[in-house]
Order: sequence, then C-alpha cells, then structure tokens
Amino acid sequence: MKQLAQQAMETALLKGARYADIRIIESRTETAGVKDGIVDSLGDLETVGFGVRVLVGDSWGFASSADVTRNEIDRVTALAVEIAKASALVPGNPVDLGPPVTSTGTYVTPVRIDPFSVPIEEKLALLLNADAIIRRNAGVKVSEGRVISVRHRKTFANTEGALLDQTIYECGGAIAATAVNGNDIQVRAHPDAFRCQGTGGWEYILEGRFVDHAERVASEAVALLNADVCPSQVTSLILDSSQLALQIHESCGHPTELDRVYGTEAAFAGRSFLTTDNLGKLRYGSPIVNLTADSVRSTGLGTFGWDDEGIPASSTPLVKNGEFTGYLMSRETASQLGLQSNGCMRADGWNRIPLIRMTNVSLEPGTWDLEDMIADTDDGVYMETNRSWSIDDMRLNFQFGTQLGYEIKKGKRTRLLRNCTYAGITPEFWNSCDAIGNEKHWKLWGTPNCGKGEPMQVMGTGHGAAPARFRNVRVGVYR
Amino acid sequence: MTFKEIADTIFAASPADETEVVYRRRDDSLTRFANNHIHQNVTETNHEILVRCVSGSRCGTAVSNVTDVASLRKLPNTAFDLARQQPENPDFRGLPGATRLEPTNGFDESVASCSPSLRAQGVGVVCRKAAEAGYTAAGSMMTGRNSFGVANSKGVFAETETTLVDASTVVMSQTSSGWAQASGWKLDSVTWEELADEAVRKTRMGVDPQVAEPGEYTVILDPYATADLLSMMAVDGMSALAYQEERSWLNGRTGQKVMSQNVTIVDDGLDPSGIPTPFDAEGQSKQRVIIVDAGVAKAPVYDSYTAGREAGARSTGHALESPTDRMGPLPMNLFLMPGTSNVEEMIASTSRGLYITRFWYTRTVHPRDVVVTGMTRDGTFMVRDGEIAGAVKSMRFTQSYLDALAGALAIGKQGRTLWGPGAYHVPPVKLGRFNFTSSTR
Repeated sequence: MKQLAQQAMETALLKGARYADIRIIESRTETAGVKDGIVDSLGDLETVGFGVRVLVGDSWGFASSADVTRNEIDRVTALAVEIAKASALVPGNPVDLGPPVTSTGTYVTPVRIDPFSVPIEEKLALLLNADAIIRRNAGVKVSEGRVISVRHRKTFANTEGALLDQTIYECGGAIAATAVNGNDIQVRAHPDAFRCQGTGGWEYILEGRFVDHAERVASEAVALLNADVCPSQVTSLILDSSQLALQIHESCGHPTELDRVYGTEAAFAGRSFLTTDNLGKLRYGSPIVNLTADSVRSTGLGTFGWDDEGIPASSTPLVKNGEFTGYLMSRETASQLGLQSNGCMRADGWNRIPLIRMTNVSLEPGTWDLEDMIADTDDGVYMETNRSWSIDDMRLNFQFGTQLGYEIKKGKRTRLLRNCTYAGITPEFWNSCDAIGNEKHWKLWGTPNCGKGEPMQVMGTGHGAAPARFRNVRVGVYR
Repeated sequence: MTFKEIADTIFAASPADETEVVYRRRDDSLTRFANNHIHQNVTETNHEILVRCVSGSRCGTAVSNVTDVASLRKLPNTAFDLARQQPENPDFRGLPGATRLEPTNGFDESVASCSPSLRAQGVGVVCRKAAEAGYTAAGSMMTGRNSFGVANSKGVFAETETTLVDASTVVMSQTSSGWAQASGWKLDSVTWEELADEAVRKTRMGVDPQVAEPGEYTVILDPYATADLLSMMAVDGMSALAYQEERSWLNGRTGQKVMSQNVTIVDDGLDPSGIPTPFDAEGQSKQRVIIVDAGVAKAPVYDSYTAGREAGARSTGHALESPTDRMGPLPMNLFLMPGTSNVEEMIASTSRGLYITRFWYTRTVHPRDVVVTGMTRDGTFMVRDGEIAGAVKSMRFTQSYLDALAGALAIGKQGRTLWGPGAYHVPPVKLGRFNFTSSTR
C-alpha cells in the first residue's frame, strides 16, 4: 500500500500538483437485524478503493476508483489533476494550507473483543433473546434489534511526507419496541433512538445490556399509549443525556464547522450563525456551559489517531464558561483565520473527499445529581430519548421531539407524558441552562448518521453529556 | 467482466437453494461551487456486487466491490453461511421469478461523457450572473452514468444503463437567498441560464425580509416544496412494510377520501418525463401504482417479501437494494399529477398567504397523520390581496401533510422533475391551511 501511495504522490507532482494526498481504504461491515422474532437482515459488506486529492495552483480536484492497481493509480491521479485544472475555469481566492503536515505512525482502536471474532450465532442470540422478551408484552406491535460491526483500514500519504496507517473499529446497536393503538404510535428504544455506536470492540455492545432493558422498553412503549399528551406551555425543561447529545450535535457541533461559516455548505447543509466576528465575543451559553471538541476520548465515534489530512487527534474548547471560543477546522479554513487545523477533516470512504466533521463534541459535566436537579424544579418537564429533530440552515431555530417525558411538579416526577416536543433559538436556549449533571451521569453517545456534503457523506460523531436543565422553554409544540 | 460473466461466476460457486446477484456500476462526477468559485470537483468509479443466498426460507447477504474471480466465488459462500446460521423465516416465500420488462430509455450519452470542463462552464454561468447582480452563488452539478443488473437462479436476468444529471444553486445577498434546481436523465434537463435567473430573481425579491406572525396561512408552494410533501408521505406510509407494521398513514384510510379531489399521486418508474428505470432491485418490472386517486387513498407499493405476507398481493417492482437493513419497498418515481393552475394565478387568488420556495430539514413528528416539522428556506414571501407584499424570514411549521393536501385548492399544470434522492415530478400547489409555529431570526 505504501508503494502505491507514494506512486500516486510522485505522479501528482509530475502532473503539476503543488499538493496531493491519497487515502487507500479497505472497509468491512457486518450487520445483523431481527424483527418480530425473525432474522430481518444479515449482511457482510466489504469495499476497497482509493481517492486522490490534488491542489493545482489554487484549485482542487479529486478522483477515486475501486481498482487498487498501479495502472489505475496513475490514471486516477492524472484525472484528479485534470479535474483540478477544470476547477480553475471558475477560480477562487489563493489557497493556503498552513504548515506542512509530516505525520507518520500507526493507530489502532483499542479493542477488548474483536467484533469480527464473535460468531454470528452469538450476535443473533443476543438480539433474539431481547426480541423475545419484548414480544412477551402483548401490547407491542413491532419488536426489533440491530447490531453493526465496522472495521476501516486506512493508509494516508501526502506530498509533504506524511505516511499513516490506521485501523478503526466501531460497534453499535439498539433494541426498540413499537406500540400502536388506533391512530397513535409510540416507540421506545435502548440505549438510544439511533443505532448507538462507538469506536471499540464487541464489548461496546455488551455494555448496552440489551436483554436487561428489553422488558422496560416494551412496557414503556405500551404505557405511553395511555399517557397524557405533553401540555403546551413555557416551562423548565430537563433533558436526559442522550437527547442532550443530539441537541449539542445540531446546535453546537454543526454551527462551529468552519466550512459552513465560510459558505461552502451554503447550498446543501447550510451556513452558521457563528460568524467569525463572534469568535471570542458571543455569549453562546450561560457561564456553566463548557463545550469541547476532542478526538481522543475512548469509545467516541470521533476518536482516531489522525484526521484525513494527517493532523493528530486533539482537544479544542468550543465554548468556555459560556463564551464562544473555537471552531472545528481544516488546514485550509484554519489558515484563513490565521490558525492551525485542529484535525476535523474526515471522509466517509475512499470515494469521498474529507470535509470538516464533528469529532466528539461534548458538554462538560457540571455539579448536579439528577435527582437533586428534579427536586430543585418546582414546575417542568423531563424528556428522554430522541424521536424527531429539525433545525434551520443557520442552526438557530430548532424543534425536537422525544420518545418519553415526565411532568415535574414540586420537585417530583409525576405523570408520564407522550408526544413530547420542545422548541427554541440556539443561544437563548443555551443561555437558559442553569444546571448540568455531574460526572456520574455523563455519557459519551455516538451518532452514526450525520449527513453532510455533496455527494452526501454519512459520518459518525461522538457527543458526551449529562442531563441538564433549561429555563423558560416552549414545550408541547405539537399536541 | 460483463454482468452476465459476473453472475454466472457467482451462480456456479453458490451452494444455496436460490441465489440472486445485483450489480451496480457508477461513474459519478460532481462539481461544487460556493462564493462564486469552484471549491470541490470530484469523480468516482465504483461497482458493487450484492449476493443474496437462500437456504430454505432464510436469507444471507454479502456485498463487495472486488471483482476478481476468487472474490466473486467467495461471495455466495459468505452469504450462504450467514443464511444457514439463522432460524427459518416463514414470511419469506423465495426469490421472485422473471417478469416481462417494459423497455425504457433513460440514457443520454452526453451526460455519460460530460467532462469536468463542461460542468465548470455550466456552473460558471450562475457564478457570473450572481456576481453581476452583486450576490454570491453556491451549488453543484452532478452527472452520473449507472449500470444496473439483476439476475437470480429462478430465471431473472435484467440489465440497464441510465444517466442522471442534477444541478442546483442558492444565490445569496446579505439578507436573502434564492434557490433553483433542475434534474433529469438528459443533459438538456439543465439550463444554467434559466437556473441562474430564477435564483437571482428570488434573491432580489427576498431582500430585507420581515418577521411574519406564526399561525395558519394559505400557502403557495413551488415544486421544490411540493416534492417534500411527496417525499415525507412516501417515507411515512407508501411502503407495504410500513402498512403491514401499522405505521402508515394509509392504515385505516384505504378507499377513503383523504385528500382534495384534485390530488392524484402515482409512482411510475417507466414514465420518461421522470427518471425512468425498467425494473427494481429484484429484477421485477416497475408497475405504475396509483397511491392516491382523486383524493382517495388506494394502496402502498410492494416488493416480493411484503407481497408474500399478504394474500393476493404481488410485487409492484419497488424493491430497494438494502444490504444492511430490510428497508422495505419505496416509491422512487413519484408524480403529483398536474392540475390547471400556475403560481401567478395562485398568488392572484390569495387574499392572505405565504409563497414558499422550498422546505428544509423536515422530520416526522407523528407518522400516522404525517405530522411534519421543518423550516422554509431560500425565499418565503407574504401574499396579500393577490400580490406579493414582501419577503419574510424563514418560518418553522408543524403540520399534517395529509391535512394540508386535504385542503389543496389548486395544482399547477406544469410539472418539474427533481432528484431527491428518488425522482419527483411535481407542479406548484396551493394549500388552504398550513400551520406555522415560529419565525427564525
């Protein structure tokens, strides 16, 4: 692989590129799904290929192929240069990549149990056992469970001398119960609404304890059918850590992507209200709000050795004591701000260019115990596990729905609530945060389905959070 | 290696009772621009071979993009091993047999051979026109060539070659933005001069937007927003799997009048005014399915698996390639049948309403009633007394699409083909009531 990578770099320079990089990737994915007591899907996927990115003058080109051979490397590298020259027909500003990147080394995700060493019968048994427990509840219409195991082997090289090998393992999964009554549908899932996923081995799945939670998932889905609808009001809102993780993803992670700020996602994913004149000035949240982007915390979906530009894993404060202090950056965008990249460029495969993607964007823990937070709330709603999510293209106006809620009256959880929704404007919401859970409640969640870019890329991102309280939030938007 | 050679190699190596091979080769290119220049220009050559093996009533799937003979021979064995390690599935009735395929033409050599320079010239038009107006443009142009084949051990053998072009732009001023998009299988589906003019005009109309009060409005939707209505209706219930799992808006409503008389929704993979393809991922002929007929809810679309679970049901040719999950069938060529109106008439007949370019980040809040929340984007305008009264800031809505279409007042006579993913052929529509809950800043 190293020889092929070096061949591509030599060819790119010979053809006129002033910078080039290559990623040769071999990925394997194994999936298993059960639904209503039968195996719904069982698949083994592999994909192999390479992508060459070149900078000719101040214009970019990228070409990729599934045929990893010497002749194809030459053809595709030459094609990337030709494409970059076509880009120069509609030229932009000078491109400065900042200091050269010369990283070398090897990184392998720490894994206790290699997920590809676990027999498929064992994976199916786990899912079928949980599924059987869910189906014991006669009120459940659909029971389901899924697990996924992923391994990416990546070789990266650039014309500045970087040469890296990384093997990233990911595992994820979830179980869910759907209950139907007339026109009403209620869903409960565990550990999260999405396929909760992280870097690591099969131990990541086992820690989810699907079988232990199956009965609860079923009974809560059925109980929700008879719950009261979340009332429409402005009140105090306590979010569980998984819902807060998605709130962070949408309202902090995306707006701090510097490519959005500079407009290169304007036609698709959108722009950002966190323009560069706000850096170091905007009060994004209340003084207890501290948000960090890191690629070093274990089990995060944004955890790696180096990003796809060869920048080593690091940690960056995005919001410090409520003040907006940092962006997620690439080499090119960082240099526009006079900074150096903090290593957020990632591609979802060999056939895509790297884009600025969230690593692990997390709300740092506070001091509160969850039960104390509830006891301290006179009137409010507790919401748990995402059901729907939407935010505008500037990342300001959002509305989320959750699977489950509880009314809080005089410091106690009272009645169960269904169809819970809340809405707000990002900085107003985060400035209303007056309590954050402590380390005991903090968990690093994984979101495996973040879409961005054209052609669309689906990336996994990590988000750590403990439950937190927000004041004067509009809830019960949909009844 | 040809698709037939690949399929024959896999069949010869397969130990399974039944074997299916799905082959897709893509040659896709995309030129992306922002701030009036090209910032991303990419091309991809890939192929994917999906093998489904059946043992009794159990299925396993293996997927690879490696096409040497040894790898091809390994694929059915991997899939068969997976199939054997699971319990029998009484709902699975075996792979489908061959059906008679209707010929379609969805291939344009000028798309297949479109060069990066030609794409650059196209996007250069909108960058120039935006700059001349004092605005900035962003967007993309994609051209793709797609070879698709399906074969199985029960006699299915189908292959086709199609093309796809999709171009879009958002043009921005300091306070406004305007959107335009065109898609099709022919290169002349995209006229950059027209796209640029449309987006620049909307941007100019949208300067200095005001905040509109939340509440119910009559809305006039450009085809871009209409496509979202169909997309969410499809996700929330046009699949037989959703119907069988009772999470579809069709549940309890088939045969009933659920939308306005002027609403007819059809999926037609053979219509050349869409983006045609003759067969689905099981090699079954694409059937024209009427999902809503003059406002009356009719039926979902089926693949062979969902058809096998219902007495009397047959595949309508809507199976998807779903190597990792059984997603169920989906309509991928939706048409909202044209009416007799146009945007100008819709505005002229409206005393108070909003004219909306497109919807953004729409998500289901309640699937059975297709209650959706989302934002308007890239051009929202107040209509008063039959005229555009000015631009308003993007607004959030939470609205049942089903109820909205029950109140459809007018359908445009001119449809537009848009790529979603999936193809939509949609006109503008006027809806009597649409509920907005807030405005953005």
